Amino acid sequence: MKRKIFGSLVYGITSMAVIIIVALTIAILADIIKGGGHMLSWEFFTSVPKEGMTKGGIFPAIIGTVILVIIMSIAGVPIGVITAIYLNEYAKQGALFTKLIRFAVNTLAGVPSIVFGLFGLGFFIQFVGRGMDMAFQNTGNIKWGQPNILWASMTMALLTLPVVIVSVEEALKTVPREIREASLALGATKWETIWKIVLPDSMTGIMTGVILAIGRGAGEVAPILFTGAAYFLPQLPHSLSDQFMNLGYHIYIMSTQSTNVESTISIQYATVLVLLLVTFVLNLSAILLRYKLRSK
Amino acid sequence: MFIDSAELKIKGPDKKTEALYQKKFRLNEFIFENIIRSVSFVSFAVIILIFVFVFREAVPIFISSEKNNIKKEEVKMETYGDDSQTSQNTSLQQAPSKSVEDASSNDKATIKNLAGKVWQPVSEEPKYGLLPLFMGSFKVTLLAILFGGPIAVLAALFTATLAPKKLKEYIKPVIELLAGFPSVVIGFFALIAIASAMQSVFGYQYRLNAFVGAIALSLAVIPIIYTVADDALTSIPKHLTEASLALGATKWQTSLFVILPAATPGIFAAFLLGLGRAFGETMIVLMATGNASMLSFGIFEPVRTMSATIGAEMAEVVFGDTHYNVLFLIGSILFIFTFVLNAVAEFWVRNRLIKKFRGA
Repeated sequence: MKRKIFGSLVYGITSMAVIIIVALTIAILADIIKGGGHMLSWEFFTSVPKEGMTKGGIFPAIIGTVILVIIMSIAGVPIGVITAIYLNEYAKQGALFTKLIRFAVNTLAGVPSIVFGLFGLGFFIQFVGRGMDMAFQNTGNIKWGQPNILWASMTMALLTLPVVIVSVEEALKTVPREIREASLALGATKWETIWKIVLPDSMTGIMTGVILAIGRGAGEVAPILFTGAAYFLPQLPHSLSDQFMNLGYHIYIMSTQSTNVESTISIQYATVLVLLLVTFVLNLSAILLRYKLRSK
Repeated sequence: MFIDSAELKIKGPDKKTEALYQKKFRLNEFIFENIIRSVSFVSFAVIILIFVFVFREAVPIFISSEKNNIKKEEVKMETYGDDSQTSQNTSLQQAPSKSVEDASSNDKATIKNLAGKVWQPVSEEPKYGLLPLFMGSFKVTLLAILFGGPIAVLAALFTATLAPKKLKEYIKPVIELLAGFPSVVIGFFALIAIASAMQSVFGYQYRLNAFVGAIALSLAVIPIIYTVADDALTSIPKHLTEASLALGATKWQTSLFVILPAATPGIFAAFLLGLGRAFGETMIVLMATGNASMLSFGIFEPVRTMSATIGAEMAEVVFGDTHYNVLFLIGSILFIFTFVLNAVAEFWVRNRLIKKFRGA
């Protein structure tokens, strides 16, 4: 009898923990949808902030975020995919070099995002940017040695590098050994096998990695706090050395720095909803792709 | 072609057969392999570069240079207006006799200054005491783990050992959804919703405080602890579970007394990883903890964590300033701390797990 009571207590407490987590998640979603759902309109997506951000939409922030993730993907994805290929296809397991790379990938995944921001400031802006300014122009005015969208994207690319590497490697592992061996037996070289057999076969996994990385990059704010995001810009960035607006940064600024938080509350909620929808759709498609990959 | 092995031994293989045995050298392959190898070196190079460049900006604190002195004098000229007021303030706080020259030489962040109890970087006599920031970080992080850890582990225990398979397929996506929330969204929710709700429940003075920040932070930590703990619980060898069930133990007895103890190292690792994440998390604490650097133990007081200090102050600081260097020093500390936590979780715990199962 005593045992039975204790048993149902175990069931009760553990399932309660699950219920708490699920309920909290749903509560956050419901609150944000309730607060911002009525604001979503075509106009909200396509107009610029007006009258000190109390009216208008979030068009520049959306475009800024899109440009950020595009440059980030161009810079980061090839490196991530190639590293995954090396780790899965070429690396000798147990060799020092392989261990170093694996250690680096694991460490990179654990570095706090604010430290990436510091690195972006110290390396990209102060070192590379200033260096480029000194090398290319003697006028003394600063073009690259200041926060801009290029350095923000580069910082973000490094942050999302482990995400790409891990999921691409997982995809490469699902390619059956027999297919590789068949290709090699037919006289294809190692590189030909990778390029023509392994990579096309793991395309779904590579897409998963890219989508996950974009989802992460779209939501992170800490690394771009001082590497390129701007509070408000009247026009869109038209060169790599411009600053940009960003959805997450917009939320942060509107909710903490603005003087009239109350009057912009529904715009804030709507912006949060948009950001959440973007990351949700990206993550969902990544989960679905991964599911497809596993069932294969 | 048939080659007699005895003949081979005497003569050695002729050129033609040797070529057959040897791997052919292909220039293309060689180039591709080396390109791939060098590109994959990038992630290691980045780690080294992070080390070098974050630390490089922190180093000038410990080397007194002339440059700093000149800078400070310029700054002093600018803040001429409220000079008398601040000096009055500082003289009230500080030991009685302290000349202005003494103050300007004190401005370099010496070890003594860094170990101080006051963080006041923008003032006539800047104080870079890291103690309140340490305190803030540890307070919020520990509270977050205290709230989130048990819930996450219990939930993992439920889904990994007790729940029917079908239910698990519904719970996992919800937690993945929670894991996908950007931290700025959680911070926003804490700032707008949790803070007010908690204030009406507990009735404390400050709307934003360590408690609210910790609750928000636990939302970010739960998915990590859950995932790692779930992994640890499901990777317990089947024979342990089956032996327990065969001896007549019920499902919950097996899960509580066999699976959970066997998975302790993995759950410990989950806590360490959660700790690392919570310690380095910036946006949530920046938005929800109130950001006042106070040295106190109360959980309902506003705090300023290390990461939030960097996030809030870096944008307004002068490059090459002492303040700038101190912020990089804080960044280096964050980096080292999370680095050590991850390394411990990775190596030590994994080895323990392997040993445990081999020994058992």
